[in-house]
Amino acid sequence: METFILQTLNGLDKGSAYALIALGLTLIFGTLGVVNFAHGALFMIGAFCAVTLSRILTLSYIVVDESKTDFLGNPLKVDVPYVFDIFGQSTGEAIIDWAVPLAIIFSIPIMIAIGWIMERGLIKHFYKRPHADQILVTFGLAIVLQEIIKYYYGANPIPTPAPEAFSGSFDFGALIGFDANTIIYPYWRIVYFIFAAVIIGAVFAFLQFTTFGMVVRAGMADRETVGMLGINIDRRFTIMFGLAAAVAGLAGVMYTPIVSPNYHMGMDFLVLSFVVVVVGGMGSLPGAVLAGFLLGILESFASMREVLELVPGINQIIIYLVAIVILLTRPRGLMGRKGVMED
Amino acid sequence: MFGLDRKDTRLLILVAILTMAAPFLLNPFPEGSAMAQFNAGYPDLMQRFVIFGIFAIGFNILFGLTGYLSFGHAAFLGVGSYAAIWMMKLLTMNVIPAIFMGVIFGGLFAVIVGYISLRRSGIYFSILTLAFAQMSFALAYSVLTPITGGETGLQPKTNDPRILDGTLADGATPKANIFGLEMSSSFELPLGSWLFTFNTGYYLAAFVMLASFYVAIRIFRSPFGMMLRAVKSNQQRMTYTGLNPRPYTLAAFVISGMYAGLAGGLMVAMDTQVGPERMFWTASGEVVLMTILGGVGTLIGPVLGAGAIKYMENIISKINSDILHTWFAFLPDGLEDLVVTLIYPFIGKGWHLTLGIIFMLVVIFLPGGLVEGGQRIAKLFSRKKADDNTSDVAKAPAE
Repeated sequence: METFILQTLNGLDKGSAYALIALGLTLIFGTLGVVNFAHGALFMIGAFCAVTLSRILTLSYIVVDESKTDFLGNPLKVDVPYVFDIFGQSTGEAIIDWAVPLAIIFSIPIMIAIGWIMERGLIKHFYKRPHADQILVTFGLAIVLQEIIKYYYGANPIPTPAPEAFSGSFDFGALIGFDANTIIYPYWRIVYFIFAAVIIGAVFAFLQFTTFGMVVRAGMADRETVGMLGINIDRRFTIMFGLAAAVAGLAGVMYTPIVSPNYHMGMDFLVLSFVVVVVGGMGSLPGAVLAGFLLGILESFASMREVLELVPGINQIIIYLVAIVILLTRPRGLMGRKGVMED
Repeated sequence: MFGLDRKDTRLLILVAILTMAAPFLLNPFPEGSAMAQFNAGYPDLMQRFVIFGIFAIGFNILFGLTGYLSFGHAAFLGVGSYAAIWMMKLLTMNVIPAIFMGVIFGGLFAVIVGYISLRRSGIYFSILTLAFAQMSFALAYSVLTPITGGETGLQPKTNDPRILDGTLADGATPKANIFGLEMSSSFELPLGSWLFTFNTGYYLAAFVMLASFYVAIRIFRSPFGMMLRAVKSNQQRMTYTGLNPRPYTLAAFVISGMYAGLAGGLMVAMDTQVGPERMFWTASGEVVLMTILGGVGTLIGPVLGAGAIKYMENIISKINSDILHTWFAFLPDGLEDLVVTLIYPFIGKGWHLTLGIIFMLVVIFLPGGLVEGGQRIAKLFSRKKADDNTSDVAKAPAE
């Protein structure tokens, strides 16, 4: 029972990332009908927003501290971040410590802007072209974005820690009545899961309970009719593209403490996220979220030692295996709608 | 000639001349001159040109004719490579059985993958093939280590059985050969300040490439090729006329898998080692890039694309900022630094950026790739010569 709960929890954080990326992919596909291979790059850019913010916050100048000396007896040089001058030492330290959560605010406008530019500048011209062309051009864009990031940040992963308060682990088992030290779970992963749940909830609420969301849903169902009613649906879809970019970016920002960002993290996630979208059902938002969590948890169960002894290497291929089985038995995916990309 | 019409025969002969004379053509700059770094006439790179040419020709038979975009073609290349290296370990260092095994195993694996993946089309097909390729990569990397050598990969060792070869002389290392002629042996021809290298491996690969190019032309011109085009243009109508598109697409898939296996086998013949990274999905992406860049659905396009990308990979990535500075030394100092800073991100390690940008531009503005670009330029010139005589080029299909 303990291992069961532990593996479920372990699967949740990866599942959250899959679900968030798959949600964005599905939003773009459902609204604009575009298969976006550059979505993983957006996730990666989000992660690098966090890196950038923590670099900006730690920008510093050197002060010679006469009271301390280094081992040669010279006065010690101390880096003083500019943030200390603005907010004072203790607040400044707290701000630097909380760089990753702060990057959420920092990244939203950036991601929406990037999404907007992508849609208006490039993808707009590809609506009428075949899906293969859309895949190819966004694939090219993904390479370009990835290489730009690599040029400025280098090829090595950049560790970006979570705030001190969340750095440890806690005993989840003791909380729900098991023996102590059976289910140990890092705080940040819980935070990530809650964050993902909030974002997913917010997106669904936005689509379900606002007039804007209603129009978008109507446009997803029948774009032409909505256009005939005198509603500028293209504009709304562009905004949805920005929103999807922001969702991917936020997933990336919060993922940085779990895996140090490097320039190809997006591609690694993208391949899996596409599998997730297909398993969930192309164009189905709940399907994408469900499949994301399901596959994340499945993957974590497959990495258990007992399972690995039974079927070696299963953790590496389980997701693809599930995808193949699902595609062949339920071609529409778990919750796919009739008539969406059935060819 | 060879059952081809005049135009195709001319194309085949042109390609034959180009590949045979490649050691001259790709070495236009004298040794030791400033431009010598642009020479591509060294065996290693020329081998890669033709091998990836074969890979791309095969991919084009699938994607160019049927329109099925496979994102997992590197898996067949990898399987072919592993099969070839096992032949070298078990049977003989002669490359012939290795290459044959590469083709056979590439084809067999393609039958399995194709049979399952071709149940779906469009984006689903792309993702299924991608899933299969990633699975093969993951398996080769981890569980199948006894067969694939895991992360380190495989290479022939001195103590391998090799039942057809005699025991090696002491201290000798096993070298890939064709009936005793080593793949790495080459004949060097110094001519003035030029040095031309004629490499056995390259010529073997080039002959194989010509043969596979010929087969590709025959497929393009055959009724079977027509069926594949029908799959691309309208599957529904094809079904209505009483034809089942599945066997045709599967055949195309297997043929292109065999081409990939052949390329994999040749890779092993040239450089006797294999690693799982050969099957990673970026390798599958690379062949897509080559085909699109050259011109999808055209005969010569994939070969051009493969050559262009491999040339860029090897030559552009070699340029560094010092070389740039020497080029722009004629500019005033400040301007020189500015120009170098502007160009620097696109060269050296940044060549992927250049590749990505070129690829995007091609997809956006030139969907027919380099071949279409060439045709447009040719059209421009012929229009200048005689305004009324343009219809010939314009009406010709992009092939």
